[in-house]
Amino acid sequence: MLFDKIAFYFFGGLAVISAILVVTRRNAVHSAIFLVTALLATAGIFLQLHAEFLFIVQVILYVGGIMVLFVFVIMLVNLDVAIRQIQFNRMWLVALLLTVALGAQVYMVFHYAHTGMKEPLFTLPARPASALEPNTERIGLALFSDYMLPFEIASILLLVAMIGAVVMAKRKV
Amino acid sequence: MADIYSPDSSNDLSNVETTVLGADEIIINMGPQHPSTHGVLRVKLKLDGEKIVDSECIIGYLHRGVEKIAEHRTYQQFAPYVDRMDYVAAVSNGLGYCETVEKLMAVEAPPRARVIRTILTELQRIASHLVWLGTHALDIGALTPIFYCFREREEILKIFEKYCGARLTTHAFRIGGLQYEAYDELEKDTERFCKDFKHKVDEYETLLTDNRIWLGRTKGIGVISGEDAIAMGATGPVVRASGVQWDIRKAAPYAAYDQYEFDIPTGKNGDTFDRYMVRMEEMRQSARICLQAIENIPTGPIMARIGKVLKPPPGEVYHAIEAPKGELGYYIVSDGTTQPYRVRIRPPSFVNLQAFDKMVRGHLVADVVAIIGTLDIVLGEVDR
Amino acid sequence: MLNSLYEFFKPHLLPLLFAAVIVAVLPLLAGYVVLLERKVMADMQARLGPMRVGPHGLLQPIADALKLLLKEDIIPENADKWIFWLAPLLSVTAAMLAMAAIPFGPFFQIANLNVGLLFILGVGSMGIFGIVLGGWASNSHYSLLGALRSSAQLVSYETAAGMAVVSGVLLGGTLNTRGLVEAQARGHVWFVFLAPVGFFLYLVASIAETNRAPFDMPEAESELVAGYMTEYSGFRWALYFLAEYTNMIVVASIATTLFLGGWLRPFSSWHKADFLDYVPMLLMLLVAGYSLYRAPKQPISVQKMFMVAVAGLCLLLAVILGLPQFAPAGSMFVAMKPGVHGAFWFLLKVGTYLYLFLWLRFTFPRYRFDQLMKLGWHLLIPVSIVNVFSLGIALYLHRSAAEGGYGWGMWSSIAVTTVFTLLIAAWLLRKSEQPPATPAVDSF
Repeated sequence: MLFDKIAFYFFGGLAVISAILVVTRRNAVHSAIFLVTALLATAGIFLQLHAEFLFIVQVILYVGGIMVLFVFVIMLVNLDVAIRQIQFNRMWLVALLLTVALGAQVYMVFHYAHTGMKEPLFTLPARPASALEPNTERIGLALFSDYMLPFEIASILLLVAMIGAVVMAKRKV
Repeated sequence: MADIYSPDSSNDLSNVETTVLGADEIIINMGPQHPSTHGVLRVKLKLDGEKIVDSECIIGYLHRGVEKIAEHRTYQQFAPYVDRMDYVAAVSNGLGYCETVEKLMAVEAPPRARVIRTILTELQRIASHLVWLGTHALDIGALTPIFYCFREREEILKIFEKYCGARLTTHAFRIGGLQYEAYDELEKDTERFCKDFKHKVDEYETLLTDNRIWLGRTKGIGVISGEDAIAMGATGPVVRASGVQWDIRKAAPYAAYDQYEFDIPTGKNGDTFDRYMVRMEEMRQSARICLQAIENIPTGPIMARIGKVLKPPPGEVYHAIEAPKGELGYYIVSDGTTQPYRVRIRPPSFVNLQAFDKMVRGHLVADVVAIIGTLDIVLGEVDR
Repeated sequence: MLNSLYEFFKPHLLPLLFAAVIVAVLPLLAGYVVLLERKVMADMQARLGPMRVGPHGLLQPIADALKLLLKEDIIPENADKWIFWLAPLLSVTAAMLAMAAIPFGPFFQIANLNVGLLFILGVGSMGIFGIVLGGWASNSHYSLLGALRSSAQLVSYETAAGMAVVSGVLLGGTLNTRGLVEAQARGHVWFVFLAPVGFFLYLVASIAETNRAPFDMPEAESELVAGYMTEYSGFRWALYFLAEYTNMIVVASIATTLFLGGWLRPFSSWHKADFLDYVPMLLMLLVAGYSLYRAPKQPISVQKMFMVAVAGLCLLLAVILGLPQFAPAGSMFVAMKPGVHGAFWFLLKVGTYLYLFLWLRFTFPRYRFDQLMKLGWHLLIPVSIVNVFSLGIALYLHRSAAEGGYGWGMWSSIAVTTVFTLLIAAWLLRKSEQPPATPAVDSF
């Protein structure tokens, strides 16, 4: 229980700090590295929730796949221009207002989840997480039985994206 | 990109008369210090992405003024200098030079000398091709054949050392014949080496010839047609692999080659793989020549009677031999004194290197090393 | 208070011990794999290899490590210092982290994750970052291109490797590394015999994953583009090197766990072959005897002592391996047997796989980069997908309800589907086949 709390606050704090650093760094590659850290921290939170499959898939796909491609593109593009630009937008007042509004909404959601409403917004599982069945098998079964259609649609979407990328990038030889 | 005579003007791009660099085109420089260019060769490549659209070889980094030196040495004094040109096949250089001067003086080496010269030259051909094979395979990534090739080459160099005292720059022959008599076990050593050698060549072939990766790296790479090769003046395995049947040992026999039976391999497609096969077969044929030669070495003198001071009559002569790398020609102009008026050396690598541009266009950067390797150039010869 | 702290840490003590052992031993092990590679390379090239430093060059890795530690630390001028420092660290961390889920024996495993196999693959894919960042941080155009090429190669072959692993997981039914070996024990057959195509696909893909020849064009391309490691010297380079060899060990461990039976002895459930249990001890005795035989022949007394020490170590190992055979039943030693013998067989199989890697490096020339990518995308990925597909069909048709049922139906359907996969592979190969090597030479 204590370990859970420590793990959560550690990963959560790491995620928040990394996210802040992503948007405040001048150097795009530094931002990318902090994004990797943020994603790894998110994966850690998944692990702390005993969602092991989600944890490892997050690492493989997001960190090992998507972020690698991000970093590729960043490195192939000229960075000098970006470094010298002013990092902060002129519309910072609007951004501040929006942040306050969003924060207030999130706070209200959590507040009313504990008090007032008849049913809490988030139901916690009946059993502690450590007594759940092995994660991978359950996800596999669910994907191929209850959620078969979304799964197939997602695969076709990815296939279309891949074909589109190849067609656009292919040079007329 | 056609200026090949100025080593350092290439930093300034104002004399590049071809198209302006497109968005994807970059110019890349390889060498002169480079593990894979077999000497101090500098190659400039204009790339479009990965493909090569233009190339320029810049030579002269090993130029030592050998031909100028020749004008101030006597004919015998100049003989050690020719070894240093194609330093991988020194004996052939010596053979060419000595025969040219003999032709100039209208003198023939005695039969015994001619046969021993043939044996040593063919052993040198094998040694030169072994160096070629080892380094070519190493450039393409096969790490083992080079050690096997050098193990065999060691035997040949031991024979040379026993014969004339030197392994690499041998100065084995003299004008008019030989200085050293064949040592006692020359025939036995040569026979032992040559009998075993065919199996060794088969061993190298098992590593390379049928290997998919080797075929993928050499088939269709560096193609040059027979007409183009002849137009460039290429000779040796480069032109024979393109289907042209031209070998000076058969066309204009010298030394004792007309006495022996041997085949000259030719290829069909003129690509790197064909050049590889041609040279492998040449190694086998050289062993065959040696075996025939040692059976019947004539007895007799080893030196013609020409006296110690050589004063060839005024005149000019051109004589060429089939060196391992191609046609090695010597053009000597004599003015009647003990020192030649002009010695012009036609190195095979220098002329073969001209074909580089044609061979490399349209290929990828990774093929450049394969193509330099397959041309079998030695910069000592190219630059003199 | 202290008691509760102890209770809190207690389940983690043994894994911590294992982790400490692995982290301590691994650099030494990787160093000796390098020495082994040099010796095997020399053997194949008809020469001897390192002989001077220590008897038969056995102290060479230590000398190399010392030298690299003492070298000057050079950072290119405009390089990004933090990323330059971070990149080799990422590579090494990813490689070492992957060792956490590898079952060296039935009880010798740091973390028995339910998704163990996927964990190893995922952490391995994080190592790609080390390469890309290393190339970028060197502030050199050529290093960057080399790094991008290398990582493109890794990413391409990851798919094929993953699919090949999936074919093994199909047979094992679980991602748990320990469960996979136990599935092979229950079925009395190693998965390599059930999914040979998967094993060979994994073999090729893992060679490409670790940037080894014949797929080492990005590294060995001293022709034009120097690899991502150019600007790294001294200990940073040693870290990259360590990461590469650790990756090799990790990949060999995955193959061993998944296909070669992990820690199982050959014929592990056939009791007539129990004499094979004496093999580990005999092997160690043989090595000890050979070291003792060579000891007096060493020229210097320090080398003599070293050989005697090696012999002593091997004798100790032989005793540890042999005790369970001769100790009375029920004693502590017999209980030790599965662990100790398991570790031995595991390491032996990993060693064999690594030897195959080494052998292939010195035999084949290098693939050109576009040929390499073509091989990965046009051959390996389609064949691996077809393999998973056909193996799935075979298993669906004939898997008996009882656990470990590998009856005739199963074997025949697997055979049929394997043949089908091989036919597809042959068809793909024929399309891209080079024209046959006709004797290209005429003679005149």
